[in-house]
Amino acid sequence: MKLVTAVIKPHKWEDVREALETFGVTGMTVSEVSGYGRQKGHTEVYRGAEYDIALVPKIRVEIVVDTADVEDIVGIVAKSAHTGRIGDGKVWVSSIDSVVRVRTGDRDAAAI
Amino acid sequence: MDTGYAAWMLISSSLVLLMTAPGLALFYGGMSRSKSVLNMLMMSFSAVGVVGIVYALWGWSMTYSSVGWAAADAENPGWEFAKLFSSPFDQFGLSNTLPGNYVFVAFQMTFAIITVALISGAIADRVKFSSWLVFMPIWVTLAYFPLAHQVWGGGFLSNVDGGLASLVYGVTDGVANVAPIDYAGGTVVHINAGVAALVLAILIGKRVGFGKEPMRPHNLTLTMIGAGLLWFGWFGFNVGSIVPVATQGVAGEEADFFANSVAFSANFVGETGLVWLNTTLATCAAMVGWLIVERFRDGKATSLGAASGIVAGLVAITPACGSLSPLGSMALGVVAGGLCAFAVGLKFKLGFDDSLDVVGVHLVGGIVGTIGIGFLATGSGLFYGNGIDQLVVQFLVALYAIIWSGIVTLIVGLAIKYTMGWRIDEDHELEGIDFVEHGENAYDLAGTPGARRLTGSTGTSTSIGTTSDAEVSA
Repeated sequence: MKLVTAVIKPHKWEDVREALETFGVTGMTVSEVSGYGRQKGHTEVYRGAEYDIALVPKIRVEIVVDTADVEDIVGIVAKSAHTGRIGDGKVWVSSIDSVVRVRTGDRDAAAI
Repeated sequence: MDTGYAAWMLISSSLVLLMTAPGLALFYGGMSRSKSVLNMLMMSFSAVGVVGIVYALWGWSMTYSSVGWAAADAENPGWEFAKLFSSPFDQFGLSNTLPGNYVFVAFQMTFAIITVALISGAIADRVKFSSWLVFMPIWVTLAYFPLAHQVWGGGFLSNVDGGLASLVYGVTDGVANVAPIDYAGGTVVHINAGVAALVLAILIGKRVGFGKEPMRPHNLTLTMIGAGLLWFGWFGFNVGSIVPVATQGVAGEEADFFANSVAFSANFVGETGLVWLNTTLATCAAMVGWLIVERFRDGKATSLGAASGIVAGLVAITPACGSLSPLGSMALGVVAGGLCAFAVGLKFKLGFDDSLDVVGVHLVGGIVGTIGIGFLATGSGLFYGNGIDQLVVQFLVALYAIIWSGIVTLIVGLAIKYTMGWRIDEDHELEGIDFVEHGENAYDLAGTPGARRLTGSTGTSTSIGTTSDAEVSA
């Protein structure tokens, strides 16, 4: 089992969800996060005073998937979150040891 | 009294109260940081509580008891001290106040309240709530009531014989040849509050991290709502400031009630209509003026700029709304909006932390309006071919108000600084004044995490992170 984590532009989340649902992903965890990368921040001006805002709002999507599906899912996320402009975000994969479905007590592959 | 006029005064009083709570509270609250929005709201709301009571106890008496609508003049000269203020005891607690004057007490009370509340924007995020509660009644007593008496109660800044204007240009039949004009409070409210804001901002010092950390507004939607409510309430503020005189039939009812009523109605409709239009047009122009400055200086026209321009225009037209033409009001507004848009940047150059720009908007706007009358008043302004007399008088009145407010605020501010102190601890300021001073947080965006109801009674609240095991298990 793998954990696929993606940090993407907020307005692309709907596209990502739709693409994953079409593929057959049944659930995910989504959080509103902020951060910066090569995009850096931006400048805001309030009553003439300029502020350098380092953090940019992003959406973090986390999906637990079967090892066999990892490549497909990473590809789908990367494709559906793509705009081609700086700040599109990142997708990474990490290993997880075990999963339990709380309602039934199912473990690992059965719990995904 | 004309019943329609009385009804309008009651509505106006209510509108002006709306300007402070919640109008000004939201305008300021949205501009503050999310960790101090409740304290900002409370500074305005507490002004309503404290100043409202003080006004009924001795404010009305100090402002109007010996002269004005209420008491007779020659028979009852009162306790007027060199035309600076009236006796606080004469109508203490509204004793001896004629029932017919209650509507005026109500109206004037709301002016005192908002003037004090305006100051709070300059000292946001860092002042002990207790010090603010002590400051308000003392300041309003020494700075506001005397100035209000001097301008509107027949005192030193009015048109009376022996007043400032009469000393410069003389009197005819006991009335100054060039009467100072302050229709609704350019000096009493805005210059007064603006100077107090400047003095306190310097005296109390900068917020921790001022100029280094971003201190951007946390919710401009609140600020826009506040600006809209201020604009709406300002119709009570300005349009309610009409002062009927005997010839309009209010005091002369016994002579010919019907004829007087007709004359009064015609005058009332004409004057209130003009003041409403002037108030609105100046505000429209100021908003546009501010946005134009922003567009060319900063690249974008902002919502905070629109809200700020609205208030700048309202401030500037306040003293001038009864003496300008609609076109003159637009000219005044665009100048006020443009100038204030530049003035709000001065605090960074001069190095004082007027947190929400009370100086840049209210002091500068108040001066633009008060002195602008000297240029733009249709009956006496320089641009209408009437010479510089009115301009000189307006300048002197503005200068006098600046000095009066500056000295009084400095004394009161220093007294509090060296007794109870102004500032909360630096740690607390960084933590956020809302929790430290009020035990609350404005926003619970995450829903429920980590929150549970303690079964103990109140009075056991503790500072962040120090909840003891005993309390948790209680």
